[in-house]
Amino acid sequence: MLADKDRIFTNVYGFQPWNLPAAQKRGDWDATKNLMAIGQDAIIDKIKASGLRGRGGAGFPTGMKWSFMPKEPRADRPNFLVINADESEPGSCKDREIIRHDPHKLIEGALIAGYAMRARAAYIYIRGEYIREAEVLFAAVKEAYAAGLIGKNASKSGYDFDVFVHRGAGAYICGEETAMLESLEGKKGQPRLKPPFPAGAGLYGCPTTVNNVESIAVVPTILRRGPEWFASFGNEGNKGTKLFQISGHVNKPVVVEEAMSISFRELIEKHCGGIRGGWDNLLAVIPGGSSVPLVPAEQIMDCPMDFDGLKAVGSGLGTAAVIVMDKSTDIVRAISRLSYFYKHESCGQCTPCREGTGWMWRVMERMRTGDADISEIDTLYQVTKQVEGHTICALGDAAAWPIQGLIKHFRPEMERRIVERNGSGEAPMMEAAE
Amino acid sequence: MADAPQIPDEAETRARWGNFAWTAENAEKAREIASRYPENRRLSCSIPFLDLAQRQVGAETNTQGWLPIPVIEFVAREIGAPYIRIFEVATFYTMFNLAPVGRYHVQVCGTTPCMLRGSDDVMAACKSRGLHKGGTTADGMFTLTEVECLGNCASAPMVQINDDNYEDLDFDRTVAILDALAKGEKPKAGSQEPGRHTVEAYGGPTNLTAMVSENHDFRGEW
Repeated sequence: MLADKDRIFTNVYGFQPWNLPAAQKRGDWDATKNLMAIGQDAIIDKIKASGLRGRGGAGFPTGMKWSFMPKEPRADRPNFLVINADESEPGSCKDREIIRHDPHKLIEGALIAGYAMRARAAYIYIRGEYIREAEVLFAAVKEAYAAGLIGKNASKSGYDFDVFVHRGAGAYICGEETAMLESLEGKKGQPRLKPPFPAGAGLYGCPTTVNNVESIAVVPTILRRGPEWFASFGNEGNKGTKLFQISGHVNKPVVVEEAMSISFRELIEKHCGGIRGGWDNLLAVIPGGSSVPLVPAEQIMDCPMDFDGLKAVGSGLGTAAVIVMDKSTDIVRAISRLSYFYKHESCGQCTPCREGTGWMWRVMERMRTGDADISEIDTLYQVTKQVEGHTICALGDAAAWPIQGLIKHFRPEMERRIVERNGSGEAPMMEAAE
Repeated sequence: MADAPQIPDEAETRARWGNFAWTAENAEKAREIASRYPENRRLSCSIPFLDLAQRQVGAETNTQGWLPIPVIEFVAREIGAPYIRIFEVATFYTMFNLAPVGRYHVQVCGTTPCMLRGSDDVMAACKSRGLHKGGTTADGMFTLTEVECLGNCASAPMVQINDDNYEDLDFDRTVAILDALAKGEKPKAGSQEPGRHTVEAYGGPTNLTAMVSENHDFRGEW
């Protein structure tokens, strides 16, 4: 188990105050100026050396992402850092804990990351439903300004840097980076076509990097303890510590920071009091938030919880939001509910997603009750393939994958329901699924 | 679009809200909000201004608030944008209410992580107190909405009522919260599990135990 001294988010449970004096006592904002003094490129090199991969789901190397930003921004076209706190992926609840209990780690990280990428300011886009969390964040930013830690000559580094908080208003799609930029500009959160990528033309048409809250908040500690320290955790290519969020059918659901590549079994045994009803009662796990395919029990039990380990079992780490399902779960309903989620959250821009998510949900509801024909399972699979990869952003893919995972691993259960309901073997009345 | 909100009659809302303007306090807040964005990018104020306007309507009607068309027009004028640019924002984001809601807007999360932990019971508890999905109770106290994941999955199931989250719910705990609100009390927000502080394991944290009693500084152990 990860030692407490190696945990970055020591106040993750909020037993202690979040405010500046308490955060400083825990080590935040300690000689931030010295961390910045090594220079912008040296910071980027250190983050590259630490092996930090983006914590928002895609797992892109953070240091490399920063290096895409223009090295000499023009005065009329400044660089921006946008921090993605639009945590809306079903199962994810880590950024909330960072923001409400350790906001100064995020703000300090914003300054250092913003400095490294030559940004003029950071916008923290927090989801609208995090009302109390946003109140804490606004107050923490105010404290940091009052103490001279950000703003003009931030932390006496000679660098001017602003941090602004922007609240969303309830749209999952705004977690997609270009939709977030649209939303920040005051428009509907509909993703943009890429290219141009945000590093070329992002917020207000200026070079922009969008990073997850956790990716930014770990930066000060990585620099303080050295990239080697961070890289000492986890398997090759999957370095560092990570906030895991375990929900569903475990005895004790929890948010916990652990070393990357910890096995699923160890994670659940050490922190969650085991699976409800014991390990034999485990049915399946969605290991990275609703957008990744589920993994059946026997494949997940000893799987390392990291990007590559979960890819090997046909899924992904995503945001490390682990949704555990025991054998009492109506697995078809569980996935169908996710299909409803994607139907609700589709922004409506691309036809395959706008129409496809609704269609898939309606067919999934019939699969749940068994009011379908066996051949429709294949039709459903084909439709998921027609949505996947045919939309501007990844929401179409995210809506398709859970269903593909269900069909791949639980097709017999879907067929059983259909046979049970249509015991006579008669084909159901064909009707369009509009 | 059967579940789309019924936008109230325009003549009535115009009579009631036609003269909407910021209160002195909110005018100050609006200035502060506008200062966060570049001067020629005032459209960025659309979401914060609509939120502020909805809260002002809420304060005036003693509800969670909603956005009558004249209020959206006012926000558009404040920003200097065509009405449709602001109206399409108001309809895109779920937190903007396009029809009046009750004193308390009960938003039950029904997405899979909450569903697995018993959001059906939370919904049933709401129904047992006369709430119905998409509607407001006759006394104007409660509006019930099923919402998508609110990001409290490790303390599921949960409900957001106006600005507060109530987590680790079951049937009885939900009923207790609704009853307390109906009586005008302020039930404790956050986890309803006895002894649970936030998202640590039930019965006490499995790690960082030193943090429970003191603001421990781990740097000496690095």
